[in-house]
Amino acid sequence: MTQRTEFIQGNEVCVNAALYAGLDFFAGYPITPSSEIAETMAKQLPRIGGKFLQMEDEISSICSIIGASLTGHKVMTATSGPGFSLMQETLGFAVMAEIPCVIVDVQRGGPSTGLPTHGSQGDVYQARWGTHGDHAIIALTASNHQDLFSMTVEAFNMAETYRTPVILLMDEITGHTREPVNLPEQGEIPIIGRLRTSVPEGVDYHPYLPREDGRLPMSDFGGKHRYNVTGLYHDMWGFPTTDPNVIHGLIHHLMDKIENHAHEITRYREYYLDDAHTVLISYGCSARTALHVVNSRRRRGEKLGLLELQSLWPFPAELVRAKCAHAHYILVVEMNMGQVVHEVKKAVHEPERVYLANRVDGEFITPTDVRGIMRLIHGRGV
Amino acid sequence: MAKPKVQGHQIKRSWCKGCGICVAFCPKEVLELDQEQKATPERASQCVGCRTCERMCPDLAIAIELEQDDDATN
Amino acid sequence: MAIDKYMRERFFPHIWCPGCGHGTILNNMLRAVDELQLNQNEMVMVSGIGCSSRISGYVDFHSLHTLHGRALAFATGIKMSQPNLSVICPMGDGDALAIGGNHFIHACRRNMDITAIVMNNRIYGMTGGQYSPLSGSGITATTAPQKTIDREFDITSLSLASGATFVARTTAYHYREITKYIKEALQHPGFSVVEILSQCPTHFGRRNKLGDAPEMLKLYKQNTTRIGSEAKQNNPELIERGIFRQEIAPEYCAEYAELINRVQQG
Repeated sequence: MTQRTEFIQGNEVCVNAALYAGLDFFAGYPITPSSEIAETMAKQLPRIGGKFLQMEDEISSICSIIGASLTGHKVMTATSGPGFSLMQETLGFAVMAEIPCVIVDVQRGGPSTGLPTHGSQGDVYQARWGTHGDHAIIALTASNHQDLFSMTVEAFNMAETYRTPVILLMDEITGHTREPVNLPEQGEIPIIGRLRTSVPEGVDYHPYLPREDGRLPMSDFGGKHRYNVTGLYHDMWGFPTTDPNVIHGLIHHLMDKIENHAHEITRYREYYLDDAHTVLISYGCSARTALHVVNSRRRRGEKLGLLELQSLWPFPAELVRAKCAHAHYILVVEMNMGQVVHEVKKAVHEPERVYLANRVDGEFITPTDVRGIMRLIHGRGV
Repeated sequence: MAKPKVQGHQIKRSWCKGCGICVAFCPKEVLELDQEQKATPERASQCVGCRTCERMCPDLAIAIELEQDDDATN
Repeated sequence: MAIDKYMRERFFPHIWCPGCGHGTILNNMLRAVDELQLNQNEMVMVSGIGCSSRISGYVDFHSLHTLHGRALAFATGIKMSQPNLSVICPMGDGDALAIGGNHFIHACRRNMDITAIVMNNRIYGMTGGQYSPLSGSGITATTAPQKTIDREFDITSLSLASGATFVARTTAYHYREITKYIKEALQHPGFSVVEILSQCPTHFGRRNKLGDAPEMLKLYKQNTTRIGSEAKQNNPELIERGIFRQEIAPEYCAEYAELINRVQQG
């Protein structure tokens, strides 16, 4: 393997991976702590003949990438909490119109302007429920640069596979940390391209009729099939409808194409779970801390294990239930007031054994913070 | 230029919503709304083929057929 | 009709009310497309939300019915990614200038080769006749039962100030001008704005006692004049019709193509 190792920021890793996945169109708006993604895209994209757009806000950024996706390009935008809030309506459009795209949220402290230069994991539920109405969504995350590379590529692959927007939940800490990353050669990680229809010109093409395998072949805007795309409930040609049967079918399709493939979408890492009495569950930057605690306690012979989630939505409830089946207690480590912890409580058989170890003051959660919570759980005081 | 010979008014009755624009702006008072509030060429022989009705119709319901019609009017 | 081939006839009769000017705009816009013999496979129509936005469903182009105010933002991505496509953005006045105002001025500034058509009926029709930023003062609307006190935008002045390189205005009465200006706009290599005053007899006309659709159209004839006409000098209240600006300036996609060249050779 002739890998190239670089010592770069997480935000730069994200750009490298997006280009590796075939991205050639990016639009964004400056916002801390994601701006390095736009800056690096602006530098890299013209070199490969790709397009970079700095738009007037985050709303137009996500709108324009959807437009570019419709003409057949792999697209992405990147932002942080406030910009992610602005994008929510259009995110729902991408869900409804089934437009492949990747939205990166480099999380910072919120609500509102919050803590622009400090890390947080407060947008987990926003990623799930930020846009209105019932819908399914895919959200991925990563704790280190090597995984961030893989998860970014996966985000593009899943966007194409399921014809859907995919959210990549980064955080300020992952985004701004510099650490070595091996940049894989082309071909090392599989890339899923746009599935285009084979229906010839002049023959009725149904942009919204799933194949037997559930996938929906697309036709580029500017190509031989002229069809309609709308955020309204629509029929298999993309035209608005109020037919109850069609509406029922579409909302179920939009949910099922993601939820019924949760097992294919689920990504995770596990450490020492086979005999763990205490299971830590974490993700993103917090998983670095959790892994440190587990490693150090294991050296002392304590039976701790870590389940690191790399896909948060659809929530891998079955995986969590299975991995926690023999745990005496479960500790969710995250940098918010408790988000994934609620999903874990819903997933496991004995939710009263689920505890939260968090930190929300803008500082990175430390092993000492986690150990303090563990002492409390054991009734040993702080 | 000689007056173009009008072959007829093609009116899509199901598209016409009876707004009366064609009736009001026809320079030769050719059109009327019938009992069902649909545009109809009551005095078709007076038509000079100016296509004002065709162009102003918001329902895109009217087409004037001219002899050797090449639709090249503007 | 020659324009039949550009229409999705199965969706007619259309959704608009009797006498709505939007239908006349569709009618004469398609004539512009026909006269230019544009290839339907290279035409994209991007609309927002509202009465105006339904126009995209009726044309047999690639059609994208987006979100309220966002048509130009989606269109920017389409044009930037595939500059060979002709992109038309029909918008309502509230759509383009209230919720979409920021996208509108930035699209003017960027000068990407997109044709924006503002179908200005001075009212939110789809939602039941609320006043818009184009209503102006003294107008009765469902959200202004005691008449509006808001001042209105002047779309052409706003477009000119924001840097649009083609700006024109006409009305649903002046159908020949609709075709002419849209034709010019489609051929213009830069961002074009065509404002078309369009009657809404249902909500604007009825509440403001302006009569039915033919009466409202007669007002467009009476209350407008050609740019720089003698009539305008005698009566400054008249609204001017015509081409306010038509000038060549660097087009965004062409400039970006240059930038790519520079980077790749440098």
